[in-house]
Amino acid sequence: MRRGARSIVWVAFKSRRFKGRRIWISTTRPRKPSFALRRALFSKPIASPKSAEAERLSRKLSPKDYLAAAKDYQRKKAEAGFAGITWAKEQGGRALPPIYAVIFNSEEAKFDAPAHPFSIGLGMCVPTVIAFSDEATKDRYVAKALRGDEIWCQLFSEPGAGSDVAASKTKAVKDGGDWIINGQKVWTTGAHFSDFGILLVRTNPDVEKHKGLTMFIVDMKAPGVEVRQIHQASGGRDFNEVYFTDVRIPDQNRLGEPGMGWNVALVTLMNERLAVGGSYGPDYKEIFEFAKGIAAPSGEGALIKDEAFRQKLADWIVRAEGYKLAKFRTMTALSRGQTPGPESSIGKVINANQMMDIANTAIEAQDLYGIIDDPAYAALEGAFHQSYMFAPGLRIAGGTDEILKNIIAERVLGLPQEPRADKGVAFKDLPSGR
Amino acid sequence: MNFDFSDDQKALKDQARKFLADKSSSKAVRAVLNDDAAFFDAALWKGVAELGWLGAAIPEEHGGLGLGRLELCVLAEEIGRAVAPIPFSSTVYFFAEALMLAGAEAQKRDHLPKIAAGERIGCFALSEGPGAPAEASIEAKFDGATLSGVKIPVTDGDCADWAVVVAKEAAGVSLVLVDLNQAGVARETLKTIDPTRGAAKLTFTNAKAERLGAAGQGWALAEAVLDRAAALIAFEQIGGSQACLEMAIDYAKNRYAFSRPIGSFQGIKHKLADMYVAIEVARSNAYYGAWALSTEAAELPFAAAAARAAASDAYYLCAKENIQTHGGMGFTWEVDCHLFFRRAKLLALQAGSPAVWKEKLVKRLEQRNAA
Ligand SMILES: Cc1cc2nc3c(=O)[nH]c(=O)nc-3n(C[C@H](O)[C@H](O)[C@H](O)COP(=O)(O)OP(=O)(O)OC[C@H]3O[C@@H](n4cnc5c(N)ncnc54)[C@H](O)[C@@H]3O)c2cc1C
Repeated sequence: MRRGARSIVWVAFKSRRFKGRRIWISTTRPRKPSFALRRALFSKPIASPKSAEAERLSRKLSPKDYLAAAKDYQRKKAEAGFAGITWAKEQGGRALPPIYAVIFNSEEAKFDAPAHPFSIGLGMCVPTVIAFSDEATKDRYVAKALRGDEIWCQLFSEPGAGSDVAASKTKAVKDGGDWIINGQKVWTTGAHFSDFGILLVRTNPDVEKHKGLTMFIVDMKAPGVEVRQIHQASGGRDFNEVYFTDVRIPDQNRLGEPGMGWNVALVTLMNERLAVGGSYGPDYKEIFEFAKGIAAPSGEGALIKDEAFRQKLADWIVRAEGYKLAKFRTMTALSRGQTPGPESSIGKVINANQMMDIANTAIEAQDLYGIIDDPAYAALEGAFHQSYMFAPGLRIAGGTDEILKNIIAERVLGLPQEPRADKGVAFKDLPSGR
Repeated sequence: MNFDFSDDQKALKDQARKFLADKSSSKAVRAVLNDDAAFFDAALWKGVAELGWLGAAIPEEHGGLGLGRLELCVLAEEIGRAVAPIPFSSTVYFFAEALMLAGAEAQKRDHLPKIAAGERIGCFALSEGPGAPAEASIEAKFDGATLSGVKIPVTDGDCADWAVVVAKEAAGVSLVLVDLNQAGVARETLKTIDPTRGAAKLTFTNAKAERLGAAGQGWALAEAVLDRAAALIAFEQIGGSQACLEMAIDYAKNRYAFSRPIGSFQGIKHKLADMYVAIEVARSNAYYGAWALSTEAAELPFAAAAARAAASDAYYLCAKENIQTHGGMGFTWEVDCHLFFRRAKLLALQAGSPAVWKEKLVKRLEQRNAA
């Protein structure tokens, strides 16, 4: 049986009452995806199977060529019916339960599919558009996004508003049928190749900070939008500063009512925490293989035979699998029409740290040789090193470790909230430091 | 055992800090970081030589200042704090220490004055591939007069003039001295996680070489050199960790989220307190190592291993949590957090990985208890 199909066994959970509590039990009989979908999944690949060779090729592409390849891939994926698997039929989706998306994703992960440029747009922005706009707006944007013709970015964070994104200062002022935007966003992943973005702005500074926000769709090519790439610590340039100078947005592109921007943002953020949970680098399977071919610190035998390493590996396995299974539980909840709760935050807390720990262990296991990050020499062509340098960013992106732990403590565990300095104070009167 | 530095040593520390703040500024470090062709900051190297730092622990008769290892520890901490882009550790803690430990008088006379004067950069070539090197696995060959084999990577091997190489001969493993500027030596610059320092692959093909120390004693000598280097590098690691903590404190006091300084959140307070605790544990162990080093005490192998294990862990923790404290800013190229994150990994591996040193520490405990 194919691996993707077998994984269904894991995700078919049933909830039962046990001693008054709701518990989850996995059912033994796998639910099968439709025959057509299965056949399509496993025949005629539209991306190259994951291999060192394929990854080397994709790394060699210029950013422009990579983007072209990504758009081409997304279009084929949409044509084959694998984009928006869970989305409503009206939106070009297939209205299938989330389990089908899980299956597709786990199959896709075995290929070197250039899907990255779309993850924020299709994972967070467009679902927000679908939830908060009228039919005409959806008709205009959704299908094009799904086909990869247009790429989206998320314009929330500002220099003074990251964890505290509701402190956004970028302002929008009504002018006839338009809004005029002035201000700055930052850390906007993919803004440099995006066509549209969802933009969180302040429309009323005279009320409490959560109440004066409004969400818009912004055309990234509109006059007055200036995108500057940021050089990141890991060396790449994936995120940007975005400046808005007298940018006009028609009222038609407003998502939700004026002043309701925070409620709209929460929908995006919920999707974000689901999306930003995955692992982006080598995981326990890779380091397991790697550990067979490198000496243990004691100099006796291979690392895989080293007791201390084995204990660590066991921890990585249970956390990775535990997270994966927790995600399936979330999917099950989704498929029942329930909204995933803040418990989905565990993924982010686990993954970025684990990714760094695995990369660090693999690098250090090579002793001094581990300093070499040249793909021509480094293990897995430098994948551990990339992971080591990128993981610190993932601990911050999409809600920092600290914020996510606060969410778990306050919203999941019900602990009392921190005393808040911003309650009952108009946004314009809040202290903001440097 | 005295657990503090003398007033003179503290004055040296102040002088070093001022000098490096000026000459090894973030801008100077970045000039090397951003230039693929630059292996080190030559002007800084010259300045360091003029101040006598390269010969701080070299006896006066060999052209040094004849101060002690404690002074070297003081300098190391400041060099670490400044992420100085110079081959100081390779030249001073490895190359010069190996010469002082095992060199014949003629060898010392030849090399030490040039090191002290900043005219000779040295390096230490042990690693031959992935994984901790072992005595039985050394493949570089010395035939009594020439050396052949490959060393990869060699920290600062791209800018060094001479190397101490661990090689094997009929009598077993020996240390050999090799002039790197000769036809029998090919260098390939390597890309590494810390581009503010150099590294190379060195290929020796019948390169002229001479033995350093007794034939067959090379492994024991290499271990002794590593112990000394470990005790000294621990101070660079502590300097770097301390710089990270100070950056994080400064940012936490001034950065606001939710209308409060982020340092007012316990999530940040506890993080910074953890960094402090790790640094102080490392510092105490490093002082013990410094004492053992400066008095040639028998405790050195144990103390050096403890210092290195603690300092490597502290630097990793402080470097990554400093990034985290800075949020998105910490993940930019322009903010210095990543310079420390990169250097932390280089220093954790330069004298052998933390896991190897933890293993050594426990082995040495066993030996001590058995004795
Ligand atoms: C790789 C990457 C990609 C990103 N992509 C996007 C994007 O596409 N769109 C977008 O809008 N944003 C994006 N971001 C921004 C990201 O969401 C913010 O960086 C993040 O929310 C943190 O905000 P900040 O950088 O302002 O840090 P701050 O909020 O200033 O946080 C600084 C430190 O204080 C801590 N802290 C803050 N509040 C508390 C508290 N209450 N309790 C305890 N600790 C606290 C934080 O955990 C952190 O350690 C991206 C960031 C990264 C690194």
